[in-house]
Amino acid sequence: MSETAAQVADTLAVKPIDQAVDQPITAADGTPLKVALARATRKAKWRAFVLVLPLLLFVLITFAIPIVEMLTRSFYNDAFSANMPNLVAYFEDNEIESVPDEAGFAALAADLKQARENKTIGVVATRVNYEVPGSRSQFTSAARKTKKLEPPFKEAIIALDEDWNDVRLWNVMQRASNPISASFYLAATDRRYDENGDKVWVDKKRRIYIKLFVNTLLLSLGIALICLVLAFPVAHLLATLPLRYSNLLMIFVLLPFWTSLLVRTTAWIALLQSQGVFNDMLVGTGIIGDESRMQLMYNMQGTVIAMTHILLPFMILPLYSVMKTIPPTYVRAARSLGATSWTAFWKVYFPQTVPGIGAGVLLVFILAVGYYITPALVGGSTGQLISNLIAFHMLKSLNWSMAAALGAILLFIILVLYWLYDKLIGIDNMKLG
Amino acid sequence: MAKLPAYTSTGERIWHYTYLFICGLIFLFLVAPILLVIPLSFNAEPYFTFTQKMLSFDPAGYSLRWYDNILTFGMKNPDAERNVYWWIDVFFNAQWIHAAKNSIIIGFSATILATVLGTIAALGLSRPEMPFRRAIMALLISPMIVPLIITATGLFFFYSRTGLAHTYPGIIMAHATLGIPFVIITVTATLVGFDHSLTRAALNLGASQSTVFRRVTMPLILPGVISGALFAFVTSFDEVVVVLFVAAFDQQTIPRQMWNGIREQISPTILAVATILVCFSILLLTTVELLRRRSERLRGISPG
Repeated sequence: MSETAAQVADTLAVKPIDQAVDQPITAADGTPLKVALARATRKAKWRAFVLVLPLLLFVLITFAIPIVEMLTRSFYNDAFSANMPNLVAYFEDNEIESVPDEAGFAALAADLKQARENKTIGVVATRVNYEVPGSRSQFTSAARKTKKLEPPFKEAIIALDEDWNDVRLWNVMQRASNPISASFYLAATDRRYDENGDKVWVDKKRRIYIKLFVNTLLLSLGIALICLVLAFPVAHLLATLPLRYSNLLMIFVLLPFWTSLLVRTTAWIALLQSQGVFNDMLVGTGIIGDESRMQLMYNMQGTVIAMTHILLPFMILPLYSVMKTIPPTYVRAARSLGATSWTAFWKVYFPQTVPGIGAGVLLVFILAVGYYITPALVGGSTGQLISNLIAFHMLKSLNWSMAAALGAILLFIILVLYWLYDKLIGIDNMKLG
Repeated sequence: MAKLPAYTSTGERIWHYTYLFICGLIFLFLVAPILLVIPLSFNAEPYFTFTQKMLSFDPAGYSLRWYDNILTFGMKNPDAERNVYWWIDVFFNAQWIHAAKNSIIIGFSATILATVLGTIAALGLSRPEMPFRRAIMALLISPMIVPLIITATGLFFFYSRTGLAHTYPGIIMAHATLGIPFVIITVTATLVGFDHSLTRAALNLGASQSTVFRRVTMPLILPGVISGALFAFVTSFDEVVVVLFVAAFDQQTIPRQMWNGIREQISPTILAVATILVCFSILLLTTVELLRRRSERLRGISPG
């Protein structure tokens, strides 16, 4: 009897497990639970994704595609190759080692004539002019006279301008006949191709880009550190004061944050220019003489002061949000264990603020590296950053491929910093206001 | 902080007051330039500094001429009698008014676009089952990180090829893209503390998806949405690089006009405009602060 009972109990205990092995647990409609769950998860994923999709497409069109287009421009320029078909064909068959013979010049004459008729000669000349400064007029004037030219073309064209007999020009034209080239990146890093197609540094006097990149990075780092020094005490005060005081003081931080960039730049111009309020104050109180007014604007100091002011809130806010979470009891405990106030600060309080310091410094640094407006308005000639040179090539010299190459290098620097920020802090943790 | 504990030594007391003094100086550095613009804009002389008369509070040293200049600059007939026709002239021809109209049109359109798209996307992004969440988030936030000059350069190439350059839609789309990161950040931040059992309870009680969104989700995330929208509006209202690159005179905005003013004909008119903008930002700041407090109350975080 007891044995049967045990047997029954045994079968009862085992049976459900057997069942579970043979037949998977099913959902209400009979599909296996696993499948149903997978389906539900997939559906939920899709539902989330569909919500994001419109914005994703929008940002792709108005942001990602333009950036890709800029990157393309930095290595692809068909101004020469699309408009000089005969020369392109000639260069395909002949490697240029010396000034070419009649065949090459005949191709040149045909192309110049065609380019003049199509009114594309300006584009072609500009493209070559990037690499051989001064060759623009050589192209346009040759194209103007090309109708009257008679064979042999070599003598006739060289008679127009001795510079056509320069192998370097022909080298440049051959390289330009390939729309894809690294020459803009080379130029953006102060290098060029020499006669043999090797990469060489440009003359010392003309090396400006690398220096400007380094200057931009150093200046941004300097601004980030000044911001840190200024933000630390303020953030600490805001974090330790009772809320009703700190909320009031917070206005001092948020007001600049919400004020237009141009308003703040204008304010600094009014304040710091040599006939401005600050200099007038110093002269009025007799600290400096009228003739020795300080030049605080339109140079590097101007850029640093104005940018520090503009970026300071971006340092204070992350520092404040980290300091807010540090319990004041830790410092008090350290004090009661015999630490001096300095030791308590340096060994206990400071290490806990490091995440905030990292976030703030990195954010300010990233924003500073790409700054354009403020340096352009108050930087004069010494306070310019790399963005100003990009704008110069876009709006003044119209060397768009060069601007694109400089932009691509700047973008690369920014993306590395952004990646670092995401790794260390996480973009989800970015907070505003 | 208000009262120093009894054990503080004299040195620490001195340091403490020095520290407060330093903080005071830094606060001064933050707001003084902005506040200084306000009295300077009432200068009667065309200088960027306080005149003797202004310092002695002589009413003759102050005037509204630069505010008047905001209206008259660019007008066809500024010296005519100030009647209805004069105001019509102001409305259609004054350059600052033209810029203000553009700023408002572009700002509002860009804000609506950014807020609608951004809020919907934030709802998707804050779901735990969202695939590639981190990568997509990184892409959507990047317009805030990538320098404006690079975005503007890219847009210049893209717009001149597609014919969007020198058009309102082109600039509105560009500004919306720049505002989107702010909407995403503020709305996802409100959704972090969002209690999903509320929507489940509503669904359980028979509400449809759209009712749940309208009656439960939306009221709770509204403060985040509005402050995101304000950020987006300010971004557009303050943006000049993209306008510089892809806009024509017809789409001239206030910051663009200020840029011109600072570079070409620098006059205290700029300061008058700046003063108006400072008042505007004080208004915005107050709104955002009130919204933040409301949001904290709604989500049960005590404001203290």
